[in-house]
Amino acid sequence: MKWGVVRFPGSLDDADTLWALGHVMGQEALSLWHKDEDLAGVQCVVLPGGFSYGDYLRCGAIARFAPIMKSVVRFANDGGLVLGICNGFQILCEAHLLPGALMRNRSLSFICERVNVRVENATTPFTCAAREGEVLRLPIKHGEGLYVAPADELRAMEARGQVLLRYTDAAGRERDDANPNGSTRAIAGVANENFNVFGLMPHPEHAVEAALGGEDGLKIFRSIVTSAERPRARVAGAAASRTSA
Amino acid sequence: MLVKVFVTSRKGILDPQGRAVEQSLKSLGFGGVGAVHVGRYIVLELDSPSLEQARETVRRMCGQLLTNPNIEDYTFEIEPQEGGPQEGGPR
Repeated sequence: MKWGVVRFPGSLDDADTLWALGHVMGQEALSLWHKDEDLAGVQCVVLPGGFSYGDYLRCGAIARFAPIMKSVVRFANDGGLVLGICNGFQILCEAHLLPGALMRNRSLSFICERVNVRVENATTPFTCAAREGEVLRLPIKHGEGLYVAPADELRAMEARGQVLLRYTDAAGRERDDANPNGSTRAIAGVANENFNVFGLMPHPEHAVEAALGGEDGLKIFRSIVTSAERPRARVAGAAASRTSA
Repeated sequence: MLVKVFVTSRKGILDPQGRAVEQSLKSLGFGGVGAVHVGRYIVLELDSPSLEQARETVRRMCGQLLTNPNIEDYTFEIEPQEGGPQEGGPR
């Protein structure tokens, strides 16, 4: 399948994402320039980690107005798959493609470590290669990863199954000391209502080879490949949202 | 006109920075300190035919870029600028 990884000024992880997709997974993956509006016919757009536009004003606030984002928003609204990792997650929230926002970590410190996240909903295009309740070990590296959303919105999101990943301990138990940044309800990753846009703070692209300390990140990318090849997986996510709503 | 926008985290939203400052003030022995919020202060020059129009423009700026309505509240002041065109004539 064909992937596009956007490069904004200040993006850091676009090359690693291209490596993970192209070299490790054998996918067709190309770089998309922030000033272009053409998405080159890709089937999934990835907004990578980094510090786009120097994190000026708020993380992701400026990137949202890059020319390519117009096309990304249109693509997402037409049902196209969009994955935002770390700064990409922040950009998706600022662009209103995902609910909520990301604030300074509870500790006020930049955190760089491996964490455990539990798969909360395995019926979506981003998680269908994992099992529900499965614990993935992925790296995080961020200063602003504390997820917040209005209480009523959070309740609705939980009911619809939009929380896809939650920080837990290695056994999959929620514990305050296993929540690295103080995220509300230990949320590590959320999808939109249509389950075609997903943002997460952990970095799957940095966990795709044993030499990198783990391969759990592949589950996210494999899910997307699987769902693109079997469009029914996408419908499954939407169906889950209807039954639980 | 000179526009001064004050952005703070929304009430009820966890503000780790504000909380850290609050704790530090208390540990320095400052009594009577309540909740602290750390925000942003944005100053911008704006050409606008009227104060009313300027207010409307600033509100749109805040909604679209200067603040994130999910997590932030804002207030603003508009001052006529010396020498610039302004409503109400010279002061």
